[in-house]
Amino acid sequence: MRRPLFGFRTVLLLTLLSAVGLPLPGRAGAFVPRDGSQVLETLRSTAFDPAARALRESRARLTADPGNLDLACSVARVAIERCRAEADPRYLGRAQAALAPWWELPAPPVEVLVLRATLKQSQHYFTNALADLDLAVRLSPRNAQVWLTRAAILTVLGDYPAARRACVPLAQLAPGLIGLTAAANVGSLNGEAERSNALLRQALAANPAAPVPEKAWAWTILAEADARLGHLPEAETEFRNALALGQHDPYLLGAYADWLLAAGRAAEAVRLLQNEARADGLLLRLALAEAAVSPRPPGFADHVAALQARFEAGHLRGDFVHQREEAWFLLHLRQQPREALRLATANWAIQHEPVDARLLLESALAVGDLPAAAPALEFIQATHLEDRECEKLVRQLRAL
Amino acid sequence: MKIRFPLPHVWLAIAVALQLLSLSARAHTQSTAYLTLQTTPTGLTGEWHLALRDLEDAVGLDLDDNGAITWAELLSRQEAVTAYALSRLHVRCDDQPTPWQVNGLLVDQHADGAYAVLRFAVAGPAHPRAVELTYRAFFDLDPKHRGLLRLEQGGVNRLAVFAPEAPTQAFALNTPPVTSPLGTFFREGVWHIWSGYDHLLFLLALLLPGVLRRRAGVWQPVTDARAAFFNVLKIVSAFTLAHSLTLSCAALGLIHLPTRLVESAIAASVILAAINNLVPAWSERSWLMAFGFGLLHGFGFANALRDLGLHPGQLAVTLFGFNLGVEIGQLAIVAVFLPLALSARHWRAYPALVLRTGSVAILAVAAVWFAERVGDFKWLPF
Repeated sequence: MRRPLFGFRTVLLLTLLSAVGLPLPGRAGAFVPRDGSQVLETLRSTAFDPAARALRESRARLTADPGNLDLACSVARVAIERCRAEADPRYLGRAQAALAPWWELPAPPVEVLVLRATLKQSQHYFTNALADLDLAVRLSPRNAQVWLTRAAILTVLGDYPAARRACVPLAQLAPGLIGLTAAANVGSLNGEAERSNALLRQALAANPAAPVPEKAWAWTILAEADARLGHLPEAETEFRNALALGQHDPYLLGAYADWLLAAGRAAEAVRLLQNEARADGLLLRLALAEAAVSPRPPGFADHVAALQARFEAGHLRGDFVHQREEAWFLLHLRQQPREALRLATANWAIQHEPVDARLLLESALAVGDLPAAAPALEFIQATHLEDRECEKLVRQLRAL
Repeated sequence: MKIRFPLPHVWLAIAVALQLLSLSARAHTQSTAYLTLQTTPTGLTGEWHLALRDLEDAVGLDLDDNGAITWAELLSRQEAVTAYALSRLHVRCDDQPTPWQVNGLLVDQHADGAYAVLRFAVAGPAHPRAVELTYRAFFDLDPKHRGLLRLEQGGVNRLAVFAPEAPTQAFALNTPPVTSPLGTFFREGVWHIWSGYDHLLFLLALLLPGVLRRRAGVWQPVTDARAAFFNVLKIVSAFTLAHSLTLSCAALGLIHLPTRLVESAIAASVILAAINNLVPAWSERSWLMAFGFGLLHGFGFANALRDLGLHPGQLAVTLFGFNLGVEIGQLAIVAVFLPLALSARHWRAYPALVLRTGSVAILAVAAVWFAERVGDFKWLPF
């Protein structure tokens, strides 16, 4: 009888080992991690973040003393700031939870009104937010914060005369760059771009010691205005000045990425946003940039799938805050201009920023539907918006 | 701080203004949890996906406070997570409060981060006519939290959203025909062995040489039909004993092996069984091979059983019914195979044509399965 080459147990062991040792690509769906030290989730950008700890501690104190107005407002404020820094909108919900005892009151204290307005606008309930601010103005007409929030919301809505009116008391109450930046922003959108930019440049030169967040904001506003005017080298310098101030600001990153994309520098935009996939708006720009480089980076398909999943989760939740991003996504990454036009139209009914106008014009052009673009065309004419990109789209639409 | 910011509120104003502007760059996906419920032959089972970021705020997961949550940290907080989940979801079946229990903790990666996955079973009646769910997870921490529910029954999905103002959702379920879980799982067991070609081919590869004996390197028919019968019986019994053992262990939750690993190893076992017929290494000890690899096939049966939905209250009945189905299904195959093989064993071409060609064919199919299962792709239609 021939001796077996390998014993039965050896072969069984080898079989099992070969199956274990082979590289198994990640299967979609739930899994049991192999290694206890595997990091599943990163909670913040730095390991030891004093602000995160402070927020946790004050939230714990608030749980014990939920009626403490000062503590509640402080928790809500820090949570809103964390939302900005970490690009995690969960913090907005946490801020609302801190304000729970006052959330349904018709006339809560002024500090609650301002925070409530901020949180409502983040859900795109602009009318409710403005109603809170109207009441706040009556209760506390010398509160700079109330006027600034009001001016910002009115600017997003495209109601520039009302935004200008809010900027007048703001200029008196807020020294330095704040009042000027808010006013220059409205002016640059309302037919006075060159003059507003010159004023803002002067103000920046005159206030070198202004706080970093104020300077970063002013440089961003200036860069965006120059980008709209087609002053590309100036815009790039100003974006870089804002970035050099070292704040992690998703808004600034998004605006600079848009500029890089418009300038045909998609590869730089990919590098800029490589680690910013958590924020929907930045993930969208990352995917747009990846679509524009060749060969397409390996993460592109995953990024598009992640965006799709987030939009679907939003639909299921009944949110309507992603209409702008979804229209953009459908138009450029899914090639579904009809659906994009439907969303761009719905979005235009709510927000009137230049990017909203561009989206409506672009999707109307893609479908060849001139009447659909009419609301944006009328708005651009009425407000004298100076935006080279919009002007190009308007010419193309008129040639239809 | 006050030196840098002349107005105490101005820093906030900037944050607020940027907040407004940041809308276009902001992540809009707020706190969301995903709850899936399925009706199975023995009752309701489900999965609940909870974001680790939300659980961190509710029960605390980042034990070493370094800003990163590891699997070990989640595991060590498993009890707290389970207790929190149990306190925040209440189930009523047919108007009776019904307890539910967690029988597995896993992890899933969603578009917005990592989620803990709780697999659970509702210990209610097998066929509730009405289900009412009250969901209150995270609402106190975050009024913008939403629980998204998908209820699956008979291929139909029903969706609902839990919100602070709508924490309760009720559903009427269609009553399926009344069947006992024993009968249901018996049928599933028979069906599984008949439609699970990998088990079938493994058994066939072991049985093909069962009516032969190797003498001086040459296959010869077993002259005594009774000896051949007992040889086959030995192989089938070893296989049965082994897979019943691991099926029970896995179903009782004593051992858990990843599905893909098990499925790949099962394909490998078919390959080895076929090779054994071509290059006989342990032909005298086929029953030992049947036992060793039978252990593996038991894990495969366990995975199939879990997909059907295990019901903690009726585990014994479920397991018994399913295993009995597998055995009867298997015996039916042997009952067809054995008379045919016995009558064909004296045929001169049996070793070359039936054994060799059959084994090569089995080997080829199993090799493709192995590649498919390891590489996670599908090529063969079965």
